[in-house]
Amino acid sequence: MNAAPPAPVPALELRGIDKRFGPVHANRAVSFAVRAGTVHGLIGENGAGKSTLMNIVYGLQPPDAGAIFVHGREVRLRHPHEALAAGIGMVHQHFMLVDTFTVLENLLLGDPDAQHVATGRAAAREKWARLAGEQGLEVPLDAVVGELPVGVQQRVEILKALGRKAEILILDEPTAVLTPAEATQLFHLLARLRAQGKTVLLVTHKLREIMAVTDRGTVMRQGAVVAELDTARTSPPELAEKMVGRSVLLRVEKGPSRPGKVLLEAAQLAVADDRGVPRVKGVSFQVRAGEIVGIAGVAGNGQSALLEALAGIRAPTAGTIRIAGQADLGADPAQRRRLGLSHVPEDRLRIGVVTAFAAEDNLILGQQERPEFSRRGLLDRRALTENCRRAMAEYDLRPPDPRLRLGAFSGGNQQKLVLAREIEAGPRVLLVGQPTRGVDIGAIEFIHRRLVALRDAGKAVLLVSVELDEILGLADRILVMAGGEIMGELPRAEATEEKLGLLMAGVRTEGGA
Amino acid sequence: METYTIIVLLLAATIRVATPLLLAALAGLFSERAGVIDLGLEGKMLGAAFAAAAVSAVTGSAWLGLGAAILTGAALALLIGFACITHRGNQVVAGMAVTIMVVGLAPSLALAWFGLGGQTPQLAAAGQRFTALPWPWADAARETPFPGLLYAELLGGHNLVVYLAAALVPASAWVLYRTRFGMRLRAVGENPHAVESAGVPVNALRYRAVLISGVLCGVAGAYLSTAANAGFVRDMTAGKGYLALAALIFGKWRPGPTLGACLLFAFTDAAAARMQGVALPLVGVVPVQFILALPYVLTVLLLAGFVGRAVPPKALGMPYAKER
Repeated sequence: MNAAPPAPVPALELRGIDKRFGPVHANRAVSFAVRAGTVHGLIGENGAGKSTLMNIVYGLQPPDAGAIFVHGREVRLRHPHEALAAGIGMVHQHFMLVDTFTVLENLLLGDPDAQHVATGRAAAREKWARLAGEQGLEVPLDAVVGELPVGVQQRVEILKALGRKAEILILDEPTAVLTPAEATQLFHLLARLRAQGKTVLLVTHKLREIMAVTDRGTVMRQGAVVAELDTARTSPPELAEKMVGRSVLLRVEKGPSRPGKVLLEAAQLAVADDRGVPRVKGVSFQVRAGEIVGIAGVAGNGQSALLEALAGIRAPTAGTIRIAGQADLGADPAQRRRLGLSHVPEDRLRIGVVTAFAAEDNLILGQQERPEFSRRGLLDRRALTENCRRAMAEYDLRPPDPRLRLGAFSGGNQQKLVLAREIEAGPRVLLVGQPTRGVDIGAIEFIHRRLVALRDAGKAVLLVSVELDEILGLADRILVMAGGEIMGELPRAEATEEKLGLLMAGVRTEGGA
Repeated sequence: METYTIIVLLLAATIRVATPLLLAALAGLFSERAGVIDLGLEGKMLGAAFAAAAVSAVTGSAWLGLGAAILTGAALALLIGFACITHRGNQVVAGMAVTIMVVGLAPSLALAWFGLGGQTPQLAAAGQRFTALPWPWADAARETPFPGLLYAELLGGHNLVVYLAAALVPASAWVLYRTRFGMRLRAVGENPHAVESAGVPVNALRYRAVLISGVLCGVAGAYLSTAANAGFVRDMTAGKGYLALAALIFGKWRPGPTLGACLLFAFTDAAAARMQGVALPLVGVVPVQFILALPYVLTVLLLAGFVGRAVPPKALGMPYAKER
């Protein structure tokens, strides 16, 4: 018996997975193996092909080439039920739940045991309640899913997968919607699942998560695997370099802020959404010239409505907004712009750009009446192209083609274009919502430096972001929103992730604002 | 006639008018709950009405006519399904296209086969139509106004399809809310991605829903041409498919309230027929055009404001593709 012990059969192995969408080569001969009983990280930037790969593994998309092995056996995965039968479960980034159904109904949806809802309900209730108890995934079985907080919805998703006897659990960007405390809870759960012998594949673009919970990691870039590594033997800078393909500055360099006079002020501001549900409930704050004020919070806690009210897109139900000393503003974005307000919206595809328009046209949206762009109602095409060429050089927009349709640019380049447009308008106040959502690390670095430069030039910047790292890296003062209210305010120097996490969870601390 | 008798007869007429509406509305219910807009109701019903009358006229059997109507409804439904589900076409366009096609095709076929100017022959022979079921002692009961007249005219005196339609209301509710198939069907209309991800094929479910709609439209069509009337005439659905769709929305895509909406629309229709030429106190004789427009005016008013916001199935009208 002197032969080396055979290498254990991996729980999941991909060999040469290849997938194209027209001209886009989403997966280039991807091969890697996930050891059984481990938490394996799949890391890469937005657009690196992670989600496509996971959709292939879950049977949502057929690969053009390649094979998938589960516990050493080749499997054919052309539909989710085949993946489920092979013991693969998936928790999607956008939850696969029916909002109008109760938790129990959602669990029953794919349950092969539930033949008749009426007769099966009692038995199913018992089965799912027992499973929930065993896994420590307490969920209210009779609550309507759409009314539950996202953290609970995610537990339902995980429970759903475990109930189908998933041995390999894929989680796609699971922490995007969680508070830091909920994320920690999730990581504990993943560790427990590993202890039970299950295999977890964690898909993420957050370096911190890879470092915190995984045993091993696979790094993807531009559709291909670029590195395989042991988490214990790597570091965040190394990971970031592998993801981007060059070394990146993870930390924004900036000096102390020199706040001047108040340029943006909200007093007892209340905002309701389209259905009349109050989203912002009596919020007051100030932003001064030469400072970046960050608004942190889990997505869906009123930040969007607040930004829309400040930008003049949505009329507040109560309270006042004062911009550069001017109050009594109507819901009129054009008027705000004349007062020197610029706005980089949260959802650029919905209200920031027109993807079917050329880059040069997108670059003047909202500014088309400026004399340098149009005269007597006619656009000066040459000036538009020239203007775009200049911005493309200065903001490193690629490809540098002013006539190219905006939809053909990557998310990061689209965002840089929006930023260029809003900064070139020469604002005194800049509202920025989720500036790096769907943006690659390289562009993130650029955008962050631009925002700091704007601050140093004496502008007031209000930054709304769900990325805690971004808030901590950029903001001089931090406000935390939860449930439509500002739970507290912390100067950057006093802000820690723990303190912010408590506020984000809605726990008010004494001494806050 | 005394008021009591008028009211009983009016209610009996309401039931007869409501039957095809209800069948079509339930057809739409299954399709739309699965996320497929059913603008083809009118066309499927009209095609089925023609098939029922034509086959009954040729074979002399109303039952064979009903079978032909169901096959026709199902075939047209599959055509819509093929366009909307398999090829992810626009559901509104597909439904309208089938309706327009049938509006032209049915009279053309009738003309070619029977040479009667786009109609089918009158169904006069015994067994060619569904006639009122003989209820025991009905004729004797008719003599005593209460409860005899109620028994004879309201409870009895209808054909088989009327009772079938009535039974389909609780049956639909049971299927939708008590069976696994119904639960999945509702889920597919709310979030097809969730259903696919749970390991249940979405397209197969939607095809089944669309097929149910076709079958029910077939019954509704057969009712029109071989029960309520004696033969097919050009455009005999007269917008009932669209009215059924309105009733479905008014009923918030639920069987019980949809039944209520159908009865309400049918009542205004029956009342309008009664009111023609009748002098009302204060206003005198109301012009017949106005009375005939009443059900539709009522529809617009009800949908405009009195119902509250009807929340449609979330994925209604959205073609399903596996990848996002």
